[in-house]
Amino acid sequence: MVSMENLSQQHLDILKEIGNIGGAGNAATALSRLLNKKIDMLIPAIKIVDFNDLMEYVGGPDQVIVSVFLRIQGEAPPGSMFFVLTPEEAHSLVEQLIGTSAENLEDNELAISAISEIGNILSGSYLSALSDFTSINLQPTVPNLTIDMAAAILMQGLVEISQESDYAIIIDTMIEENDQTKETVKGHFFLLPDPNSFDKIFRALGGVED
Amino acid sequence: MMLTATVVKVGIADLKVTKAPFTLKTSGLGSCVGVVIFDHNKVAGLAHVMLPDSTASNKNLINRMKYADTAIDMLVEQLVMEGAYKSKLKAKIAGGAHMFSFQSDNNLLKIGDRNVEAVKAKLAEYRIPLIAEDVRGNKGRTIEFNIETGMLEIRTVNSGVCQI
Repeated sequence: MVSMENLSQQHLDILKEIGNIGGAGNAATALSRLLNKKIDMLIPAIKIVDFNDLMEYVGGPDQVIVSVFLRIQGEAPPGSMFFVLTPEEAHSLVEQLIGTSAENLEDNELAISAISEIGNILSGSYLSALSDFTSINLQPTVPNLTIDMAAAILMQGLVEISQESDYAIIIDTMIEENDQTKETVKGHFFLLPDPNSFDKIFRALGGVED
Repeated sequence: MMLTATVVKVGIADLKVTKAPFTLKTSGLGSCVGVVIFDHNKVAGLAHVMLPDSTASNKNLINRMKYADTAIDMLVEQLVMEGAYKSKLKAKIAGGAHMFSFQSDNNLLKIGDRNVEAVKAKLAEYRIPLIAEDVRGNKGRTIEFNIETGMLEIRTVNSGVCQI
């Protein structure tokens, strides 16, 4: 059984490669079309971090974030996905999507659905790549947009993982607009796989011995 | 005299016990529950509990600070070691929110409620009176306990600050 404590470099590389294909490939293309701009997704960073380190990674446990959360459903629920923006990044993204700036994000239905849709596109592209590679049927739940403290949001997404572990694997893809001269689109895309899904994913991908 | 850095920070799945003039603080409670247990002789402990039940884990080695049952055991044990009287202990709790609005049969998404229930059951087992609570809802909370005054300050993103 593959568990968080005995993951090898090879395991990590496989997870990273999925992030690379799903993120850098499909999702960037989809987002470029939507925004009508060239969007780059950086090669994902993959890290094993404890919960408190994860909070520092997004700016501290009480840092306010705009997050789109989805659970992955299907044969082997492999985890949670988050699209995380700072409130400033969210405003800039909304401005580019719908042309007006949203003063109060939470009360602006159009702004909320625009950001949710981006989260949906990114995670959908990612999941279809993962699905194709593993032949495991995976679907995201309806996206859930939340604006609140980072720890409050992320920890609820990590409940599943926390049953068995004090660490999370984060596959983090940064989104950046290619043209750096203008306002940039930025954001983090996290995939947090549940430990119980590792076995199934690695077996489906082949080439890794337990 | 100015005292700086008097805040003792408690992380996620962590707990600390300390005395006045320090304050105990934990940030970004969502479905997690912050449990303060204190004795009026100025000693207090704070736990940031993530999950309700340690016996649900399959592992032999667990982080006892993560679960409601074991974290409260540890708090009481350490408070008594620091000179608190077991019979004088009181508790205040905050957290146990429901951060995501979608409906689900998944028990794990109702984890906030289950954490609150587990904490209350464990406090009752020790006969520790729960004198104040700010639980459930759908907001993240940052809490700070002032050992000197016995007040628990609760900060949220949109509803400001309150004290219980």
